[in-house]
Amino acid sequence: MGAIEGLTLGFGHALTLSNLGWALLGCFLGTAIGVLPGIGPALTIALLLPITFSVSATGAFILFCGIFYGAMYGGSTTSILLNTPGESGSIITALEGAKMAKNGRAGPALATSAIGSFIAGTVGTIGIAFLGPIVVELALKLGPAEYFMLMVLCFVTVSAVLGGSALRGLTSLGFGLLLGLVGVDLQTGQPRLTFGVPELLDGVNVVLVAVALFAVGETLYLAWRYIEGPVEVREVGRIMMSKSDWKRSFWPWIRGAGVGFPFGVMPTGGSEMPTMLSYYMERKMVKPEFAREFGTTGAIEGVAGPEAANNAAAAGVLVPMLTLGLPTSATAAIMLSAFQSYGIQPGPMLFTSQADLVWTLIASLFIANVMLVVLNLPLVGLWARILKIPQPQLYAGILVFATIGTYGISNSVIDLVLLYGIGIIAMFMRRFDFPVAPVIIGMILGPMAEQAMRQALTISQGDWTVFVTRPISLVILLIAVTALIGPRLYAAWLRRLA
Amino acid sequence: MTSRRTLIAATAGLAAAGLLGRPASAQQRFESLFVFIPAGPGGGWDGLGRALEQASRAAGLVGSFQFENVGGAGGMVGLPRFISQRRGRPNALLVGGAVMVGAGITNRTPVSIRDVVPIARMTSEPGIIVVPANSEMRTLTDFTNALKANPGGVAVAGGSAGGIDHIILGLMLKSLGRNAREASYVAFAGGGPAQAAILGAQVKAGISGVSEFAEQVKAGRMRALATTGETRSLDGVPTLKESGIDIVMGNWRGLFGAPGINPAQTRALVDYVTAVHATPAWREIVTTRGWDDAFLVGDAFAQFLTRDHSETEQVLRDIGLAS
Repeated sequence: MGAIEGLTLGFGHALTLSNLGWALLGCFLGTAIGVLPGIGPALTIALLLPITFSVSATGAFILFCGIFYGAMYGGSTTSILLNTPGESGSIITALEGAKMAKNGRAGPALATSAIGSFIAGTVGTIGIAFLGPIVVELALKLGPAEYFMLMVLCFVTVSAVLGGSALRGLTSLGFGLLLGLVGVDLQTGQPRLTFGVPELLDGVNVVLVAVALFAVGETLYLAWRYIEGPVEVREVGRIMMSKSDWKRSFWPWIRGAGVGFPFGVMPTGGSEMPTMLSYYMERKMVKPEFAREFGTTGAIEGVAGPEAANNAAAAGVLVPMLTLGLPTSATAAIMLSAFQSYGIQPGPMLFTSQADLVWTLIASLFIANVMLVVLNLPLVGLWARILKIPQPQLYAGILVFATIGTYGISNSVIDLVLLYGIGIIAMFMRRFDFPVAPVIIGMILGPMAEQAMRQALTISQGDWTVFVTRPISLVILLIAVTALIGPRLYAAWLRRLA
Repeated sequence: MTSRRTLIAATAGLAAAGLLGRPASAQQRFESLFVFIPAGPGGGWDGLGRALEQASRAAGLVGSFQFENVGGAGGMVGLPRFISQRRGRPNALLVGGAVMVGAGITNRTPVSIRDVVPIARMTSEPGIIVVPANSEMRTLTDFTNALKANPGGVAVAGGSAGGIDHIILGLMLKSLGRNAREASYVAFAGGGPAQAAILGAQVKAGISGVSEFAEQVKAGRMRALATTGETRSLDGVPTLKESGIDIVMGNWRGLFGAPGINPAQTRALVDYVTAVHATPAWREIVTTRGWDDAFLVGDAFAQFLTRDHSETEQVLRDIGLAS
């Protein structure tokens, strides 16, 4: 069955009243859980699994996909407004988004992320329908050696968030790498830095650390430095994007979607690497007159790009799941187990054996995307008004919200201790001008890079040349080297000309 | 398609039966039952726990169910909590299995699966050894010859180190007269990345649960060399045992009672689980999910557990993961 035929069939099934109802419910639920830190789409779908006993397979999967896409929309809202990322894909959004909100540009930030999510989600869904099987075959050519090189590339791009002082930036990165080491080592099964606490055996949750660093740290810092005085209310500013905002967002959306989708398809891709790469790209490619907004008043490019990358990656994750039966994220794994409870075996034959279901699913992804943007855009004005709450109350609210969300991850008191312990460290980091973003990046990339490198070396029997003898690996390495020294050479060359 | 519809109708019917009241014939065994799952929602242990509820409700064996999920570290985060909070409670069940045995040994936690009361083994999933579809290894003998010649050259992908997949490889090397430590075992964080590495021929072979790879094998994208159950799991694929390698290994899942319950209370739980196992609803679930029934209760299960524990410990010591 061709893609066009399939889509026609899919839309026919998806546009029934009950299926539209499931999509709407999923979008609504997804947006709500995306807003809460800690409660992600994987957990929500798992809790809804028992409904698979009473709902048709198509209805259930439309609901699940709505939740999955909706969570990506909701996650950015709290990142921007409260500096509290709801899930790992929106951590990077908080970097520029929260700064924009502080400077009275919450409206445009929320709008660019909603519209960017819509565009990237649509591009990604078209990708699923037309390119899925091809892209996934290409992604399979990448082994641990290539993944390690991709992570090297990401480490190079980290320099963009290290901030003014390299020493402080690298200290923060080191702290992140240290946090990433906690837990049972995958390759040897041995616990590292767990100090006999069983809760630490699975490592420290990255969303928890992001919330501790961004939300708790900032709140404690403000409480510490707060000077009693006339209550200061933040400016909400204009809600809609200006003409210049549209112009500045358009290419970041497209570039973000272009980076995000292939990473989502890769078995070890995820949404963290593409959002980071997109942020770096936008920071490098921004027009010179806006460059100084990055890291100061907040640049809209830094919200538009990563948000688009995040949503396109989310769409990408569904490709290996539908075409090969490969679960590449926690959410996909749980959706696969839902397939099994219907007696449907997900696998390479799914597209042919369950064509109705698969194409209805893809069609409903398009519908969910439209619903989400319609649902979210009018809310922008409402959300942005949260900032009118006076600072002490607003930050108290953030603290309560962060605490409840974190406890929701695992019902564990240890997690709360970690949240406030890291929060206090973050407070001092702010006081002494250490950037917090590198902590998160070190924590995400460190363990991924370590495992990929050791997997590659186990396969090559300890031969280090594997990283340069495999062509794709070598190409990525060369890109990384160019990204590292290219700008410096270019600057030196310009100086010589002058 | 038809089978799915009938299935949905059947499950809907079961749910309706549950709502309308208990069939008069069945006797209620527990007013309320507390089921503790030391893993997150959606996984294998969670699936077993929820299936228990589904079958019990349909047959009216239990009044109400209460669930608690505490995930992490192969059950080692939840286990201590179950032991301390439920001690002596006659109506508490813990879901656990083979993964917990290994996790307790490698993580050297102060409590282990031997601190709870074995009630029943419910299901078991044998392992499967596969190679990429275009591999030059066509039979199990090709694989074992390659292993025997140079274990380091045969990179094998599977789940986390010290898990069942790793143990199967360790046992095979041992039976081939090599040391389990020589294995070139590449651990992946989950079924997805490991499968991708095999499909992309990044590794020479892979080991996992049968259900993880069965569809890829049927689609011809992976070649199955052997399964590790007592009997064949896939048509035309031999077991290790019939191929002359005396290894039977599976990812079993079972139920345990709280520590400190008396023999009569243990008996009541065993009777209840036996009754659930006999219901048509349970059969139905086992078939739909593609589980292998491995029902074993009482002393036989306790003996199995002791043997499993000591074998696992021995292999993990050989690999160098336990002291």
